[in-house]
Amino acid sequence: MVLKTNLKSLLVAAFSLFIVIFSNSTFAQENNQNTESEAKKAEEKSEGLKPSELIMEHIMDNHEFHFAEVGGTHISLPLPVIVYSPQRGVSVFSSSNFNHGETAYQGYKLSEKGIIEAVKEDGSLDESVKAYDFSLTRNVVQMFLSLGLLLYLVIGVANKYKKNGANTAPSGFQNALEPIITFIRDEVGKSNLGHKYEKYMPYLLTVFFFILINNIVGLIPGTANVTGNIAFTLVLAVISLLVILFSTNGHFWMHIFWPPGVPFLVKLILIPVELLGVFIKPAALMIRLFANMVAGHIVITCFILLIFIFGSMSHVAGWGFSPVSIAFTIFIYFIEILVAFIQAFIFTNLTAVFIGQALEGAHDEAHH
Amino acid sequence: MELLQPGLGLLVWTLIAFIVVFFILKKYAWTSILTALKERETGIADAISSAEKVKLEMASLKNENEALMNHAREERAVMIKEAKFASDKMISEAKDKAKAEYDRIIAEAQQAINQQKNAALTDVKNQVGALVIEVSEKILRRELANKSEQESYIKQLAETVKLN
Repeated sequence: MVLKTNLKSLLVAAFSLFIVIFSNSTFAQENNQNTESEAKKAEEKSEGLKPSELIMEHIMDNHEFHFAEVGGTHISLPLPVIVYSPQRGVSVFSSSNFNHGETAYQGYKLSEKGIIEAVKEDGSLDESVKAYDFSLTRNVVQMFLSLGLLLYLVIGVANKYKKNGANTAPSGFQNALEPIITFIRDEVGKSNLGHKYEKYMPYLLTVFFFILINNIVGLIPGTANVTGNIAFTLVLAVISLLVILFSTNGHFWMHIFWPPGVPFLVKLILIPVELLGVFIKPAALMIRLFANMVAGHIVITCFILLIFIFGSMSHVAGWGFSPVSIAFTIFIYFIEILVAFIQAFIFTNLTAVFIGQALEGAHDEAHH
Repeated sequence: MELLQPGLGLLVWTLIAFIVVFFILKKYAWTSILTALKERETGIADAISSAEKVKLEMASLKNENEALMNHAREERAVMIKEAKFASDKMISEAKDKAKAEYDRIIAEAQQAINQQKNAALTDVKNQVGALVIEVSEKILRRELANKSEQESYIKQLAETVKLN
């Protein structure tokens, strides 16, 4: 309890300090712009530093791993582009051919928003050609790498179980994985799904570790924000919707289309609400994971960028603020590590809760 | 807002990746891990329940042993009591028997002594009688000699007849 209140007060203090500092900085910027002599200077500097663009670049998908830009040269790792269009077929080439959106290649061009568009010979947009972008973007590549890591770790542990048998004490990484697996099994599976939990365990465990490994790898500086991408969470949400729908029974649908013990007129209101609820639940899952991860990444990038925002005002302010900024970044980083686990757990747990709701009728019937 | 527009490529690749990872992990990891964990848990539960059972068995065995010991103790006490009683009886019987024998022997001895004494007395009486008759015969035979001689003779005789 004491620890909880301590943490809470620390959080409140940190955020209020952050708000105060942030408002001060904008205030200072305004002051700067108001003074005529410095207006030009500030304009020049703000051209060099566009925080919102940098943040978006950090959290959005990209066709290359972009690390830094030194004196106009981009230090980046180009990734393969795979484009399909009904008219032109499949084209595969390196994203370096786009020259960061400056040149067109094989009739495709990278737009300013990072979308691949078909262009005509003269470089103008070709509306008649629809381009489907299946490129191995940095999110895709990073997801594959982290999933490879996941497979390596988990299968290694599984082989240990096979080799040592069930009755030897776990060793090494087995010790780290086993409590998580038993936690998911007991707290997520058994407590929500009852005696039917065994059927759902592979799915629940896969979802949990799938999210967790991508969350954690995404926290490494320089990596992409995979779990904070709506496409990623959308896929997981659709899969959980399908699992929930396949788990439903007559009882579940009866409750939606003809809620018992409710007056007729209320039923008319309840039916669309209940029906929408079926889709809103996974949609909430999608948005929750996406928003949490994006928010964490934005906050961390904000704190780092604060140094440069202050630096653009004066070098002293930049250097002076950097320890504060780094302290906050480290603080948020620890919270993000916590969030990585919590969000993976929440997604899995809520999916299990929804599956449990879908199963409920049969479960009740078996007991009545 | 571009942030909320799902990219088709990532959508498809994530779907493929999830399905592949799901099936690989299901086949090569989760089944074996979950069965191993379950096996271990049931093994531990079995071990605990069997230990409990053994403990109960031990307790009941101990109780049984105690009962047996008590029974044996009681039996021993009874046996000792009986043995003591028997030995006392035997001793007293033996004493009684010995006393009876002793009494009998003494009685027999007394009887024999009395018999012999009576026999000896009758013998003595007989001999005295015979001697008296002999002496009186001799006296009678020598009555005719002098009187003094007679008297001395009688004296002499009387001397010789001194009872041995």
